[in-house]
Amino acid sequence: MKDLSVHFAGVSKKYPHFALENINLELPTGSIMGFIGANGAGKSTTIRILMGLVHQDQGAVHVLGHAMPAEQVAAKLDIGFVSEDMRLYKSATIAWHMEFIRSIYPRWDQSYAESLLQRFDLKPQQKVKGLSHGQRVKAALLLALARRPRLLVLDEPTTGLDPVARHEVLGELMAVLADEERTILFSSHNTQDVEQISDQITFIDRGRIIDSDDKEIFLDRWRRLRLVLPPEATLPRLPGIVQVSGSDRLPVLTTNSFESAMVSACHDMGATVQAVDSMTLEEIFVASVQGGRERQTV
Amino acid sequence: MYLQIMEQIKQRVAVGEWGRGEEIPSIRQLAVALRVSVITVKRAYLELEREGVIVTQHGKGSIVASDPDLSPRLYDQELAEHLEQVVRLGILLGLTPEELTSRLRAAMDRLIASRLTKERL
Repeated sequence: MKDLSVHFAGVSKKYPHFALENINLELPTGSIMGFIGANGAGKSTTIRILMGLVHQDQGAVHVLGHAMPAEQVAAKLDIGFVSEDMRLYKSATIAWHMEFIRSIYPRWDQSYAESLLQRFDLKPQQKVKGLSHGQRVKAALLLALARRPRLLVLDEPTTGLDPVARHEVLGELMAVLADEERTILFSSHNTQDVEQISDQITFIDRGRIIDSDDKEIFLDRWRRLRLVLPPEATLPRLPGIVQVSGSDRLPVLTTNSFESAMVSACHDMGATVQAVDSMTLEEIFVASVQGGRERQTV
Repeated sequence: MYLQIMEQIKQRVAVGEWGRGEEIPSIRQLAVALRVSVITVKRAYLELEREGVIVTQHGKGSIVASDPDLSPRLYDQELAEHLEQVVRLGILLGLTPEELTSRLRAAMDRLIASRLTKERL
């Protein structure tokens, strides 16, 4: 069996105006998963269920081998969680927070915490209310990292950060992975960050997982084919076509299950393949969300 | 993205920064150093192994192959791709093969001339 740090099986949760439906998720130990969704897609609800902060209506959730939410106290000793809406005490200093966390978590690593202070350019005597948004995120991340958790769960860690701070944060996340026992799940709508550092990619939209795979496989199977059709010809039927755009004679096909045999199939049907373009994660994300929504409304 | 990593590794091998038969960083070490995902580096290593640039010994890590012979092949492939692109643009502009050839020659002359002036300076 694979060693999974996070395992969701058939998880559902209903709210009056929103529902998570049949969420299945597997995160192998030692990898980074980028969890991508538009605002309101269900990212934060999924993460809250993972943390035991929200209880699922149906389905099983295991985190680091612990059943959630029943065994959340044991699980949380080993999970570092940073979210946007997590508040630090405004009138206390960073040093006070470090001392506070240290008193709770036995594995707190003071020398690592101090080196992070330097790398993140934070001053321990500074009060939280005087910090910028970027400094607050870095402070929260420092408090989570220095506990040396086996699983880091980050809800939108890079949102609203300036380019320098983003670079520092992504760098520290990668450094965590030098130890192959540690695992990271982070949500984002910044596909660039996800594309850079993730091993696994999961797309969520309207409370459903619409796709989840190894990043390289993901990027490999999405392609855009630009064709030239002879007059009066019809579009070749190909597997996995998510979108058709362009004009009648110059169609552009977006596929999520590209194989090189597709190009020769197009030739056989009289079409000229002008180009086969690879797509960025952002383009893939938009195409799969739109494709999924079209199928739902049809 | 793994293509960029492959390119970087080939260059390191080509300039001798990573010598033949020398041990190269583990997948995880390189991922951390380059700040890219483990799976991207893994993919790059797999492809490089297939091309014979590196050799991976199970459980021991990877080394540069004793005879990677890559620079001619590498640049040859790149040249072929660029040439195809040139021809494609030529057709788009409606150039005859003769016109395209003379344009290529002109570009070559310009580059060589400017390189010569630089060397003189």
